[in-house]
Amino acid sequence: MQGLKMVLNMIDLTTLEGKDTPGKVKQMCYKAQHLHDAYTGLPTVAAVCVYPSMVGVARKELKGNIVKIASVSTAFPSGQAPMSVKLEDTRFAVSEGADEIDMVISRGKFLAGEYNFVFDEIAAIKEACGKARLKVILETGELSTLDNVRRASDIAIHAGADFIKTSTGKIQPAATMQVTYTMLMAIRDHYDRTGIMIGMKPAGGISTSKLALHNLVMVKEVLGNQWLSNEWFRFGASSLANDVLMQIMKTETGLYQSPDYFSMD
Amino acid sequence: MTRLQVLKTYKIFIGGQFPRTESGRYYSLKGKDDFDIANVCLSSRKDARNAVVAARKAFGSWSERSAFNRGQIVYRIAEMLEGRRSQFIEELQLMGLTAANAAKEVDATVDRIVYYAGWCDKYQQIVSSVNPVASSHFNFSVAEPTGVVGIVAPEESPLLGLVSLLIPAIAGGNTVVLVASEKYPLSAVTLAEVIHSSDVPGGVINIITGTADELVSPLVSHLDVNAMTSAGLSKEMASAMQVQAADNVKRVFNYPAMDWSKASSQGLSMIEDLQEIKTTWHPIENIGGATSSY
Repeated sequence: MQGLKMVLNMIDLTTLEGKDTPGKVKQMCYKAQHLHDAYTGLPTVAAVCVYPSMVGVARKELKGNIVKIASVSTAFPSGQAPMSVKLEDTRFAVSEGADEIDMVISRGKFLAGEYNFVFDEIAAIKEACGKARLKVILETGELSTLDNVRRASDIAIHAGADFIKTSTGKIQPAATMQVTYTMLMAIRDHYDRTGIMIGMKPAGGISTSKLALHNLVMVKEVLGNQWLSNEWFRFGASSLANDVLMQIMKTETGLYQSPDYFSMD
Repeated sequence: MTRLQVLKTYKIFIGGQFPRTESGRYYSLKGKDDFDIANVCLSSRKDARNAVVAARKAFGSWSERSAFNRGQIVYRIAEMLEGRRSQFIEELQLMGLTAANAAKEVDATVDRIVYYAGWCDKYQQIVSSVNPVASSHFNFSVAEPTGVVGIVAPEESPLLGLVSLLIPAIAGGNTVVLVASEKYPLSAVTLAEVIHSSDVPGGVINIITGTADELVSPLVSHLDVNAMTSAGLSKEMASAMQVQAADNVKRVFNYPAMDWSKASSQGLSMIEDLQEIKTTWHPIENIGGATSSY
């Protein structure tokens, strides 16, 4: 039960679709604060995650709330845009009120071996973020090997990432256990060397409570208890919240639940 | 040289596949003179839960299929069952029926399936209606499947009884989780193999074996199950079901114990019980100053 509530509190409730509307974002912001009012004592999610154009809407809905606003940027999800556009994208999201920026790296450049380019790009975006925390999406589904995942993690960490994140959610495979483990190891090695903590966000494909708990166990085993808070660990997910809620209600009432009785994702 | 006997493993049927129970348990079924007939899965509540998930997933596309196509598929079950006639007769005999009774039971089962196959694209016309109203509306009521139906197989007529509850449910566009009789599970599992080869999409029919004590309660109290049917349950069990079903106000039908070989045990009402009536008020123009005639 404690684990399930912890999972809820670590979720970045996400909607990243071309068809997103202010109405959809408003509904999601409400859900972020009222996961399931029929049961008291539930935490809120950690943040909502939206496109830059929707940050303003979310800011208005979440004014003065502990739920943070994360915005994807840098021409998410492909990242195929000139540097100036990416910087402008980021500045816009921050000025609209984003607390966190989820950027994508240039996978094409990375795979072509232009690691300096990738490093410089992350560093430049980090600067554009100002106070906002930066999550760097490696899009591991496009990196082919775990070696590449490790190398990209190291580049992102050294370039100033506050969080490293597996995927955009648009590419399969996304946050597999192996990939997350590899990234957690990169974080641990960095921590052992420098004492600096980096956050981790698996995203995409984690839609069941069981899988989420597996991830938490892995974080505890690899990094330890200090990472077990939404300050340092997040789930990027849209349908995970309802599954966790159903598990909580199952535990509470003893009855198997139906999605009919929970708010829409 | 004597051959080693190769006995069939009777597995459960969930989402179009034949997994073993997640619990890893089984019970041995005893025949006449206490000899072992087979080992049968002793399913757990988690198997019931998985079956409901599979049934829910299959519900959308099954209920939206054309009625005619549903009829074709149900008819196909009858065809395939006919092809396995001798196997079913053999299994019924293993479970204690005489050869003559077993043959009668299988024939009646095929006939029953064909009967409901015919109903698939006809019950709508009879159950639905156009209603007279006093305003400018075209007002009509149509039948829609109720959703996921849990079925507790009756103890009488091991094959015919369960088919008589199962087929009207799917003919009406519902999806099903069926708890096989603890005493007579063989024909339920073999029926699953027939269903598997009859164009029935995975998840529309799910069959679990084990004890009613353990499996019925998680189904009845499951909030994602919309109705329960059974026949000839004891008064205590039937009323316990009513109580547990109250949480999400599901429909509960415990039919009286009946002679399944009689024609009176089949009928439109078995389909109708598992339908929800949806009424639509469609605004229309008043023509020639007349009020709406219906």
